[in-house]
Amino acid sequence: MSLKTFLKIDHVDKVFPLGGGKEYVALRDVELEIRENEIVSIIGHSGCGKSTILNLIAGLDTISKGTILLENKHILSPGPERAVVFQNHSLLPWLTVYQNIEMAVKKVLGSTLSASEIRDHVMKYISMVNLDHAKDKYPGEISGGMKQRVGIARALSIQPKVLLMDEPFGALDSLTRANLQDHLMRIQMQTGNTVIIITHDVDEAVLLSDRVIMMTNGPEATIGEILDVNLPRPRKRLELQHNEEYLRCREAIIEFLYSKFAKDDE
Amino acid sequence: MPFKAINILLLPLLLLGVMVGVWSYIALKIPGFPTPSEVWSELFVVLSDPLYNNGAGDQGIALQLGNSLARVFGGFAIAIAVGVPVGLLIGMSKSAYTAFNPYIQILKPVSPLAWLPLALFVFKEVNTTAIFVIFITSIWPIIINTALGVRSVSEDYLNVARVLQLTPFEKVFQIILPVAVPFIFTGMRLSLGIAWLVIVAAEMLTGGVGIGFWIWDEYNNLNYAHIIIGIILIGVIGYILDTVMGLIADFFDYRKRGRV
Repeated sequence: MSLKTFLKIDHVDKVFPLGGGKEYVALRDVELEIRENEIVSIIGHSGCGKSTILNLIAGLDTISKGTILLENKHILSPGPERAVVFQNHSLLPWLTVYQNIEMAVKKVLGSTLSASEIRDHVMKYISMVNLDHAKDKYPGEISGGMKQRVGIARALSIQPKVLLMDEPFGALDSLTRANLQDHLMRIQMQTGNTVIIITHDVDEAVLLSDRVIMMTNGPEATIGEILDVNLPRPRKRLELQHNEEYLRCREAIIEFLYSKFAKDDE
Repeated sequence: MPFKAINILLLPLLLLGVMVGVWSYIALKIPGFPTPSEVWSELFVVLSDPLYNNGAGDQGIALQLGNSLARVFGGFAIAIAVGVPVGLLIGMSKSAYTAFNPYIQILKPVSPLAWLPLALFVFKEVNTTAIFVIFITSIWPIIINTALGVRSVSEDYLNVARVLQLTPFEKVFQIILPVAVPFIFTGMRLSLGIAWLVIVAAEMLTGGVGIGFWIWDEYNNLNYAHIIIGIILIGVIGYILDTVMGLIADFFDYRKRGRV
């Protein structure tokens, strides 16, 4: 793991204007450095602005104060080097699995690849999420878990520097979620992507992450604590059930979320 | 209880019997009102020589209907050519929407026939006038539904476009149009239906040739059986237009390609 700073969130505020000259300060003075090849989770109660941070990194929303730098370049707008896996997968329903990924690949890498290379490239990422059999199906014909795998394949296919995942498995049942988490860990071992995951699931955060970023409650949410998860990879969920480090991390997050920053109005 | 296939044939026929009975009663009470059997035999006369042409004002039924259809499709085509881009524009741009919306709201409820005298004064020719009236008829549902389609594009798809840095051109063709096309076709289907209603009235006013003119002309000729034939033919063609348009709309609707 390289230790140089890859993504730097530097004293960032996010303020949303409300009607009548009022405003809502969602984030206050968020400061975070993320290293290359790292998997980082951002966890917090709903309304803590964790999705807002992701949108700022993606460039889908504008920063009110401070800066975000990716490899020392300012993030001002969205771009394919920061691919997003959306919570509701956001596949285009009129395109097949293959075409959804092909569209992204053609746009981002089309100028550097030949037609057959594009085909191979798309198929490589479809295979990576084990969806060869479903490549000609439309999103409406496949399950929620499969759709999210296509979403991940599409995001990875454009070879981003950072993979941003906004509660990617939140809408799935727990068995499917476990399956996708395993997929994600396996793929990240292969590709070495830097991954930022927004989640509200404690086990998911510990299982997947090198570090867990814990957010205080909004308004004026900021980073409360950062937890290092010192578990070797590849991680096996069965073996972790009684692992001391796993249990320590889990406890630390639960302590943070339900004691220090408990929220009882949800 | 399953609805038997035979009922689908039987029930309309039963109602036809009732309607013919009422019709016959009316024909009995109003002297000169064509009876069902008179209309039935006249229908064969009219349909036996649909393409005769004895000059302006006296042509076969197919030529009359053909002229009406040509005007409808002419005006309809121009309305699509103008309405879809305008609809895309006001769907995508808040400024364009703000600029156009009041005029669309004011002009939309105006009967297209109100434009007819003005069009006649400008074009001094009935064919162009009729096409213009159909254009005015067709354009509002097309603009409104196109804009509605554009605005129904989910924020998520637009975010995909932003992350991939699609150009505005790519965004329109790869994201917005696929979503908007079913809406556009709904607008076109509505437009075509209304256009087919309006052409009859427009041709009654403009004269010359066309199914509307033909019906009015037969009124002047005291040939009331032909008026009923005209009504039936207009209905049948309107039904066919709507059905074909519906099939085309379904073909272009990604949601109806045998899935979801």
